[in-house]
Amino acid sequence: MAHPLQLGFQDAASPVMEELLHFHDHALMVVFLISTLVLYIILAMISTKLTNKFILDSQEIEIIWTVLPAVILILIALPSLRILYLMDEINDPHLTIKAVGHQWYWSYEYTDYEDLGFDTYMIPTQDLAPGQFRLLEADHRMVVPVESPLRVLVTAEDVLHSWAVPRLGVKMDAVPGRLNQTAFIMFRPGIFYGQCSEICGANHSFMPIVVEAVPLEHFETWSSLMLEGA
Amino acid sequence: MVTSVSRHPLRLCSPSDVRTQREGLQRNICGKDIQQLKMPDHIDEKLKNYRTAPFDARFPNTNQTRNCFQNYLDFHRCNKALSAKDQDTAPCMWYQRVYKSLCPMSWVQKWDEQVEAGSFPGKI
Repeated sequence: MAHPLQLGFQDAASPVMEELLHFHDHALMVVFLISTLVLYIILAMISTKLTNKFILDSQEIEIIWTVLPAVILILIALPSLRILYLMDEINDPHLTIKAVGHQWYWSYEYTDYEDLGFDTYMIPTQDLAPGQFRLLEADHRMVVPVESPLRVLVTAEDVLHSWAVPRLGVKMDAVPGRLNQTAFIMFRPGIFYGQCSEICGANHSFMPIVVEAVPLEHFETWSSLMLEGA
Repeated sequence: MVTSVSRHPLRLCSPSDVRTQREGLQRNICGKDIQQLKMPDHIDEKLKNYRTAPFDARFPNTNQTRNCFQNYLDFHRCNKALSAKDQDTAPCMWYQRVYKSLCPMSWVQKWDEQVEAGSFPGKI
């Protein structure tokens, strides 16, 4: 989850998010370099004692400040397109989960083998146990096996919602009557939080998403328990 | 001289494969009955190893709505077609597994009710 005064992204839990993180660092470095250069030039212009009343021209500097930005843009575009195509790769998922948005809770369905479905509501602030996170905890978590390619189909039952988990680099709109597919692999076990990312009414801020990645055996145990409890 | 050949469905047709048309049988390109292709064994194998709906090249993009709906339609059409010919409907179970994986339970429930009531909008 995000922590106070955080500046950067949360740590990545999926390969795509890790790529996005590195690309962001790369692009931000370019931005800092350009900004520093421009700031330096502005300061130099302001503080110089030299004056010149005549317009000068110089073919060399014109060439430099045309070619260099073009090169920088290419250096930004190439990794960007690489990640874009990486995100679009055909993958063969091991598990399909449906995330359905309602006003104002999420429900998850695991129907590859048996019909397992459950709702998850936010834990109200007054019911939180010590150490739990305000507005982020939910009574049920979307449990998934770690290191398995997953497909999540996002939809909604009433109004627009959006299923987002920053650490996985996933944000997918939940549109009524439409099934939006997103895929990811979680490469570390843990608990990952997200929040509804499309305004959906009074309790839009109070329908969090909690994904828990566990080893496969634990996932099988959990799904058996959930089916028994249902 | 006709040598014995494998019964693989994709082998070239030999003269002994050509049969006269008989009513009520489905034909492949060599005029074989569907049963001779051993469909149920393939399907049993596929269903036993089923994990989740595989990638379908007809629906490569983010929007998978049609993928879900198409498999639902295909299941019912398959059932209707095979039942009409008094054949085993086991091959249709593939479509059912796929649509169960992809479609939200509420959609399936609604469509099942519509099918029973005769008001399902799709063509089965």
